[in-house]
Amino acid sequence: MSSLRFIGVSWLLQLKMIMRSPFDGIGNVLYPLFFATTAFFVFQAGRSPRTLVYAALGAAVMGMWSSVSTSAGSAMQRERWWGTLELLVAAPRHFSLVLFPSTLGLATVGIYNLAATLLWGRFAFGIHVTIVHWLLFCLSVGGTVLAFGGLGLLFAVSFVRFRAAWVLGNFFEYPVWLICGLLVPLALLPAWVRPISWVLAPTWGMNAIRQSALGGSPVNDLLICLGLGLAYVAIAVLVTDRVLQDARARGTLSLT
Amino acid sequence: MIVAARIFVVGGLTSFRALFYWLTPWIYIPTMLIAPLFQILLFAYIGRSAHLRNDQFFLIGNALQYAAIPCLFAMAQMLGGERYQNTLSAILVSPAPRIPLFFGRSLPVVLNGAFVGAFALAVGSLILGVHLPASSIAPLALVILIAAFSCTGLGLVNAALSLRIRENAVISNVIFGFLLIFTGANVPLSSLPDWMSTAAQGMPFTHAIGAARLLAGGAALGHVRGLLGAELLVGAVYGVLGYALVRWFETLSRQHASLERS
Repeated sequence: MSSLRFIGVSWLLQLKMIMRSPFDGIGNVLYPLFFATTAFFVFQAGRSPRTLVYAALGAAVMGMWSSVSTSAGSAMQRERWWGTLELLVAAPRHFSLVLFPSTLGLATVGIYNLAATLLWGRFAFGIHVTIVHWLLFCLSVGGTVLAFGGLGLLFAVSFVRFRAAWVLGNFFEYPVWLICGLLVPLALLPAWVRPISWVLAPTWGMNAIRQSALGGSPVNDLLICLGLGLAYVAIAVLVTDRVLQDARARGTLSLT
Repeated sequence: MIVAARIFVVGGLTSFRALFYWLTPWIYIPTMLIAPLFQILLFAYIGRSAHLRNDQFFLIGNALQYAAIPCLFAMAQMLGGERYQNTLSAILVSPAPRIPLFFGRSLPVVLNGAFVGAFALAVGSLILGVHLPASSIAPLALVILIAAFSCTGLGLVNAALSLRIRENAVISNVIFGFLLIFTGANVPLSSLPDWMSTAAQGMPFTHAIGAARLLAGGAALGHVRGLLGAELLVGAVYGVLGYALVRWFETLSRQHASLERS
């Protein structure tokens, strides 16, 4: 219970800090909107109303992913710059528990991205997305946020020894947009890409959101998305232990 | 004259090399060489999904437009980075003539932007299997160079803004986003609303992308000279505007003691 309270309080604190950050709070919301707008124009020029609705939901999840990928990779880098990394590592809580609220906060900003993109599509492009199963839709969005937070945590701890961690976060933005079927049906991609997309939670989160919005059955997709999110967290905990042990032994935590 | 030439060449080169203090191969390769390939693939597949144009259309548009990343960010870093390193005041207090000082720093940025665009075009064409006629290679290289020049002009405006605005990365991303939508890189200008296609005429890349597509379609260089002239003019106007803004903000910074406000 105390761990949940710790995550809750830390998540709120991180969310407030993210919302005050011009890069995370404004830049990460605006940037995917430009891509969404371009995609809307492309699909509109293709003149297919069905693909416009498909694109609107995909573009919304694009924004969710952007807010995680570009900043979660550098979450530990930021602590290093602020001089707080050593203090956090020395705290009595497991370090991954300290870091998870940060990436969860970034994923939560993704909900704002999702809403902003859907509203932008509605008012600027006249794309009417009718949500068929509201409850399942909300559950799908919540589950996707949790899974994105887990994946962000895995990014954050995996890149801790990498001085330019933010680059890797940026680097994964386009590939996930492409291979998780956010804007392009997976059937259009080469067959060898599909197994990669299956181990990425955004693929299943996207499916769950689309199915719940358009009237399908999202439960299986949502469960797989949550399962992958849990797996990311478990792997991240193991990676954290290994990385911190190594950093302590070599005295390289600060990378100075 | 010799001093000005030294400031232009040596100062510009030194400033650009200073970027590599942090712009190491670990950063350069993913952001400048690999990311544009994914942008090309993303929009090529979106185009296939939407049944809009062919792969060549998206390859050329995105390869050229991605040159905006080095041009905008490096120019912003030219002043923002100096402020971060606490060397901006030392530069601005020096008696060095400003034109070679600032434009000298732009030259390596133009060359790097052209390299990034050319690399993306070459490798992107191999990945997507797009055939570019051999006769179009040299003219396309010229077009990419002109596009990089044009965007570096806009980059100088961006650099000036970083004298007044702390978050130059956000501004650079926003400008990049507008260029993505407006310049016809992915959306045919005829499919954009009139006001957008009209505004695009005053933006870097619009004319260069149009020229590159014509060249790839077999047109001769002379056939696109009007477009190239327009692109050069756009770049020159932004360059002059950027320089004027830098000087104006420099004066304001002295008056309000706000140079180190970040």
